[in-house]
Amino acid sequence: MRSRGKRREVCPDTRKECSRLQKALRTFVRNRLAVIGAVILTGIIVCAIFAPYIAPHPPLQMDLTNMHAPPGSPGHLLGTDNLGRDVLSRLIHGSRISLSVGLVVVSIAAVIGTAMGLLSGYYGKATDVVIMRLVEVFVAFPFLILVVAAIAILGPSLYNVMLVLGLVSWPIYARLVRSEVLAIRELPYIEAARAIGANNARIMFRHVLPNCLSSVLVTAAMSMAGAILSTAALGFLGLGVQPPTPEWGMMLNEAKQFLRRYPWEIFYPGVAIMLVVLALNFLGDGLRDALDPHLRR
Amino acid sequence: MLSYIVRRILIAIPVLIGITFITFALISFAPGDPISSMLMGNESLNPELAGSLRAFYGLDQPWYVQYATYLGNLLRGNLGISIASRAPIGKSILQFLPNTMLLAFSSMLVALLIAIPIGIISATRRNSLFDYGSLTLAMFGVSMPSFWLGLMLMLLFGLRWRVLPVYGMGDWSEGVWDVLSHLILPSLTLGAAMAALLVRLTRASLLQVLSQDYIRTARSKGLRQSVVLYKHGLRNGLLPVVTAAGLQFGRLLGGAFIVESIFSWPGMGKYALYAINVRDYPVIQATTLVFALSFVVVTLLVDIAYTVIDPRIRYD
Repeated sequence: MRSRGKRREVCPDTRKECSRLQKALRTFVRNRLAVIGAVILTGIIVCAIFAPYIAPHPPLQMDLTNMHAPPGSPGHLLGTDNLGRDVLSRLIHGSRISLSVGLVVVSIAAVIGTAMGLLSGYYGKATDVVIMRLVEVFVAFPFLILVVAAIAILGPSLYNVMLVLGLVSWPIYARLVRSEVLAIRELPYIEAARAIGANNARIMFRHVLPNCLSSVLVTAAMSMAGAILSTAALGFLGLGVQPPTPEWGMMLNEAKQFLRRYPWEIFYPGVAIMLVVLALNFLGDGLRDALDPHLRR
Repeated sequence: MLSYIVRRILIAIPVLIGITFITFALISFAPGDPISSMLMGNESLNPELAGSLRAFYGLDQPWYVQYATYLGNLLRGNLGISIASRAPIGKSILQFLPNTMLLAFSSMLVALLIAIPIGIISATRRNSLFDYGSLTLAMFGVSMPSFWLGLMLMLLFGLRWRVLPVYGMGDWSEGVWDVLSHLILPSLTLGAAMAALLVRLTRASLLQVLSQDYIRTARSKGLRQSVVLYKHGLRNGLLPVVTAAGLQFGRLLGGAFIVESIFSWPGMGKYALYAINVRDYPVIQATTLVFALSFVVVTLLVDIAYTVIDPRIRYD
């Protein structure tokens, strides 16, 4: 007879105990904010993928007879900007740029950072010292300064933004992965693997790495939020994607000039940025609660 | 403890050298070189002049010699000459840096003044409406782009209600309030983002401290809740908050960048941004260096202060 104390997590279809993935999913779903974040993010991803079909107007189409139209004007739900382009369409197309930059940046940073962290934590000694010093030097720079300076020198373009942001963000992953590796390295199953005769590369990739992945995923979600904010900041400074490509930060930059006469124009791009970043933050928080092996349920 | 401080300083030195190297290397990626920017495309007219100028500035030397010269100049306090204004950069930086420091300090003050009370109340009234409200607000604060908040504040307080100035720094000679009124909006903008971060940290840290055994002891001794909170709880709970604030200060120096440009605050950020727009490479290099150096110094000071405040670290 089952005791009344502990409630065992039993999956509805099989009567066995749930796998780790199913437990994580269940924790995630219980977190309402995380679910909201996931829903919003999915919506934005759909916008980004199907942008040409969803947007009511072409984003680059100027209409100089209808500039600065207020929101609610016929045919333009959110109004038009200083060149008569439809704001809503530009926002929808802008999601493509923000999301793609975020993804690329995080991928570059995560791959480089994880590799560095693995090497640093696993081999230790000289490798560790060198890599950690490198991390410290990068971390010593106020993030935005380095990025802005690099873009100023390399020239503003989408490609450069992705590259620079990615190259500046890897230290977070390196530190994180390194600390995880240091913990995992001493566990018995690693020793067992070595005893069977697995070489270092195999141990690293097959045994150590998969256990670090959950933290990397959580960090990736949060740092994607940061990447999108940085992209918008660069766009705002005029150092990111160049006009006429619709990018949310750039739209804010253009709207800023008309603050006095058409104040509503700064509202919508800012809301868009905030929405995506918020969704990613919620998602990251939820992921962390769901995947963290240290939290006991 | 002294040995710890000395050790930390020694560790910081290779980092500082790395920073100078990166800022030096950064410029090498620039298209052309300073001479071609100076001659502005007229180089083909007189290649001998270009050649002799290059030799004069040592630009034909191998990179390690150039780097050594650069380091030597730095150690002597010579940060180079601006291409745009022909003025020594060091002097300009000394002019603008105090303004940025003022902004950074007041932003941090604003952030702490907002975050700590809210964090304390949130922790003591856990899971209440106030708690959820403040946490949600903090989430929004962290997700909001700072330049957007700045623009909205500018719109509200400067244009719609017209209570605060939105441009520049004001003049010390016109009295303290003139500068102070110019300081409010930029500090609020910068401070809000940091406050959002600090609220969550204060709450989490305080919650952790309040669950400790010695708090239970203090309560069971019969001490009033306020005494328990302030004398025992806060002293330990605020520790991570203060260190985080100190570390964020270094980043404030850099993030002030955007806010300074929105509000035309005459600080390092605006100076650097202007240099970027006109491609004034020596200034870009120098300002990046100064930002990074000040960040390292601040981090070092915070680390040392932490050992002073928290005796547990000392016997490491």
